[in-house]
Amino acid sequence: MYVAVKGGDKAIENSLHYLADIRRGDRRVPELSIQQIREQLPLAVDRVMTEGSLYDPDLAALAIKQANGDIQEAVFLLRAYRTTLPRFGASQAIDTGAMQIRRRISATYKDLPGGQILGPSFDYTHRLLDFTLAANGETPEAPTSEEPVADGMPRVADILDHEGLIELDLPDDEDGPVPDLTRESTSFPADRATRLQNLARGDEGFLLALGYSTQRGFGNNHPFAGEIRMGELAVSFEPEELGFEIEIGEITVTECQMVNQFKGSAKVPPQFTRGYGLTFGHCERKAMSMALVDRALRAKEFSEEITAPAQDEEFVLYHSDNVEASGFVQHLKLPHYVDFQGELVTVRELRKEIAAREAAERTDDDELAAAE
Amino acid sequence: MGTQSPQHQSPARKRWMSILAKASFEDLRSLWQNLPDKPAWTRVRPPEIGMVMVRGRMGGTGNRFNLGEMTVTRCSVGLESGDLGHGYVSGRNKEHAEIAAVIDALMQGEERAETVEHSIIKPLELRHQQGRETASRKAAATKVEFFTVAREN
Repeated sequence: MYVAVKGGDKAIENSLHYLADIRRGDRRVPELSIQQIREQLPLAVDRVMTEGSLYDPDLAALAIKQANGDIQEAVFLLRAYRTTLPRFGASQAIDTGAMQIRRRISATYKDLPGGQILGPSFDYTHRLLDFTLAANGETPEAPTSEEPVADGMPRVADILDHEGLIELDLPDDEDGPVPDLTRESTSFPADRATRLQNLARGDEGFLLALGYSTQRGFGNNHPFAGEIRMGELAVSFEPEELGFEIEIGEITVTECQMVNQFKGSAKVPPQFTRGYGLTFGHCERKAMSMALVDRALRAKEFSEEITAPAQDEEFVLYHSDNVEASGFVQHLKLPHYVDFQGELVTVRELRKEIAAREAAERTDDDELAAAE
Repeated sequence: MGTQSPQHQSPARKRWMSILAKASFEDLRSLWQNLPDKPAWTRVRPPEIGMVMVRGRMGGTGNRFNLGEMTVTRCSVGLESGDLGHGYVSGRNKEHAEIAAVIDALMQGEERAETVEHSIIKPLELRHQQGRETASRKAAATKVEFFTVAREN
């Protein structure tokens, strides 16, 4: 039961001012600009765009500032903003094979064509706090090579494809509608397109834990990071009034191709199976987690026994969205005064009944004792 | 929006519209400001901010799925010559979309196309290529050169 209660206006107003005051912090310290957040906290911006499901680095930076650095709150702000905009249409599918590579590694082939390109990565840092950063020194430009990265780097899956050792992922429907969970609610069993859309905007922490759970034996599928690539690519869109596609901008994406242990059938000899992860920006942990969970959710397709949470699509898809999850958990803070009063009455009644019953039993016992 | 005549659907138009969309706004604005004798134009569709749903493919090559949206601003303008220009650019910069639309219209007329190509389109294309190349050369510097240490016995 929900009852509107008046009052608290002044308290709420002052709470908002207090929040803004805390956001600004010590006034002797210069205020952060949106540009500073966009340029100097790029991975926070990327995460907010990915989970906020809206590519716009300036807006994501603004959201991070407004949310006092609370990433999930920033995701919420971006999601709310996107509902205010019209949609012009959908892009042509992006071609990750044509990516301008900034990072590309494979854990399955040392000498893959195009090579291992480490790019900007935490992988080789020692995870020791660097106190020189606290001293505000200027950072030198990164070293450059004489030659740029070679164009058209083959995907690692294409290499295995030549031998037929990996399942093919080819389109069989180029004209049909693409399911969109922002337009129609998800029903089960869900198709892979809906699952991937859900995972792409899903909470990184949730997917990381689920991916980890598959590695620890809860739905294990023996993964290898076949390839991880990150870089820029153009987005093409065909405006109705033009009738031909044009590039409308460039975005950064991270892609993970997980290669998993074999499946075969009477018709198909054993071959590696695949899990796929794709995110906006540089969200490598998220892309890897997504690929693990994508593969786990394909259990039914490969007639695997569904025993673990990561394989249960209702469990995963219903709990992956941190805006929904956060809303439902945090709604517990809203006034539940009347509900709680009702519970109080019930618990008092129960206690009274129990006390009365015990009193009656005691009286019976006394009478029995007296009779003996 | 009228249908465009066939010559305007040429790969050339696709090229300049893409260059205008991918250009940094600062570069575009300064080159535009330096262009003498700017034409008068009317807004056929005032700048409008919206979104395009970005699609990916399963496994990079398979069926399509919806990855998430991106912000896009569009604008359409008409010149006195009758040429109609469109701007579709990522982000929320209305001025970017409007300048792109005017330049798209100018590029369709025979009179100014060569000048605009020379003073705006080509320089933007070069700057974009330079930016890409610098990033790519930084990445290339992180390419692993494996070597094997041979041991005897």
